Amino acid sequence: MSFDVAAVRRQFPILSQIIDGQPVHYLDNGASAQTPDAVLDAVRTYETTGRANVLRGVHRLAERATEAYENARIEVADFLSVAPMEIVFTGGCTAAINLVAYSYGSLLKPGDRIIVSELEHHSNIVPWQLLRQRSGIELDVVPVTVNGRIDLNALPRLLTPRTKLISLAHVSNVTGTLLDVHAVVTLAKTVGAKVMLDGAQRAPHGPLDLAAMGIDFYAFAGHKAYGPNGIGVLWAKSELLEAMPPFLGGGSMIGRVTFAETTWAPPPRRFEAGTPPIGPAIGLGAACKWMRTLDWNSAHAHEMGLVERLMDGLQKIDGATLFGPASTQNRYPVVSFLLDGVHPHDVAQTLDSFGVAVRAGHHCCQPLMDRFDLDGTTRVSIAPYNDNTDIDALLTGVQHAARTLR
Amino acid sequence: MNDQLYQDRIVSLAKAKTGAGKLASPTKSARRDNPLCGDRVIIDVKLDDGGKISEIGHQVRGCLLCQASASALASVAVGRNAAGIEKVRLDAERAIGREEGEAGEPFSAFAPVKAHKSRHECVLLPFEALKDALS
Ligand SMILES: Cc1ncc(COP(=O)(O)O)c(C=O)c1O
Repeated sequence: MSFDVAAVRRQFPILSQIIDGQPVHYLDNGASAQTPDAVLDAVRTYETTGRANVLRGVHRLAERATEAYENARIEVADFLSVAPMEIVFTGGCTAAINLVAYSYGSLLKPGDRIIVSELEHHSNIVPWQLLRQRSGIELDVVPVTVNGRIDLNALPRLLTPRTKLISLAHVSNVTGTLLDVHAVVTLAKTVGAKVMLDGAQRAPHGPLDLAAMGIDFYAFAGHKAYGPNGIGVLWAKSELLEAMPPFLGGGSMIGRVTFAETTWAPPPRRFEAGTPPIGPAIGLGAACKWMRTLDWNSAHAHEMGLVERLMDGLQKIDGATLFGPASTQNRYPVVSFLLDGVHPHDVAQTLDSFGVAVRAGHHCCQPLMDRFDLDGTTRVSIAPYNDNTDIDALLTGVQHAARTLR
Repeated sequence: MNDQLYQDRIVSLAKAKTGAGKLASPTKSARRDNPLCGDRVIIDVKLDDGGKISEIGHQVRGCLLCQASASALASVAVGRNAAGIEKVRLDAERAIGREEGEAGEPFSAFAPVKAHKSRHECVLLPFEALKDALS
């Protein structure tokens, strides 16, 4: 089926902007994606017709706000094929992972082990290091293959009866590689370990069936999934959420407070202390609903078609090499490359002068950069609204950098 | 294309690699990292008895702006003490618009960086490393 990219583009007002006489070629979606009218409208409707705090008021605006906020939870749950009561709104993906590290982490004992991989974003490394400092757990690291995939052949020998959690990127924010979740879950079961996925780079590419995946925790960020900033999601199986103590304390997360003893509200409220980011949550609900309006078979084919166009073009540029697999199989549309003799920041800056937005640097993955002895990479991250003109403008800019900066 | 940043003078400074490399037996060395972008500069200096730089070497793992700045700095560093280097830094800061006044040579080459705030630190990192080495 063909994909009407023009129709998708029209829904994103920012893409029709002209800056300094140039169109916007936005290929930095892995850092933050753009947001469609459907999301902007939902946030505006809340702000202009139902703005109030949630859960606490009896007046009409408060009821509207509460209903919109809880509807957003249902939209997110539908997007992930899970129960709404298993959806915890957080401040972002990082906040969601930290929540698990504090709360689930507090149930772990010294000597228990957590496995991460060499390609993790710092937000799926540092929270576990902080937990290690607090409670004496041990961290094990699965290496990556030369192609930049998590080397699952190396996973079995890291598993021990003390392994309690395996926390891995569902899709790499540097190489776009997709994790073989089934293999990880199967291996985790042999020692009874839980599985958490950092879905920051997967969630923006269509609905998921978390329940069918056999995992225990999933985290993602709203702003990378066409939603607002300041909102993220933690999904966890309800029996895990039930067993987990609160992370932050305050209003809304309590059952009953006395100075002698305070009881906790049931999940998900137990983990949503204080006034939540209401407008952003409503916007994220709208983003999840919007994503479900796309035909993702054709959207994904479109995205991967752009990846092929990009890879073909890069191959023709002297000195350009891909970092990560050269194949489009088992990957999502995130592509890193190097330009021999030109620093990634200079590539990205040159691209900016062609109206092309990309990200350059270590991508918050310093251990991965160290493993390959890289200063960084230039990263192209694609969304369904990108088109051939975006890729062609990028290739022109890379050619220019190759010609002028070496 | 709106390419104002990578003008020939900056590219030439970077390619000149003046002072690039390690010193065999430096009096002092310092390393500076920019945690945001991952740029890294190591500066070695040999000092004479009066505290003046008699030799300088830099190893830059970073972008073209950082390389050009290290190269420009090395081209004027010999014979200067810490106070003399501060004067040179003022030129660099003038070039990128952080200080009032005309930037002296060769730092006037960095004027195009003025409009790119996110890249100012790239120009200043070699100065930070040299300051550490001299302190
Ligand atoms: C794989 C991955 N994990 C986690 C994050 C952190 O997301 P946020 O900064 O929105 O919390 C990112 C974003 O850069 C990411 O790409």
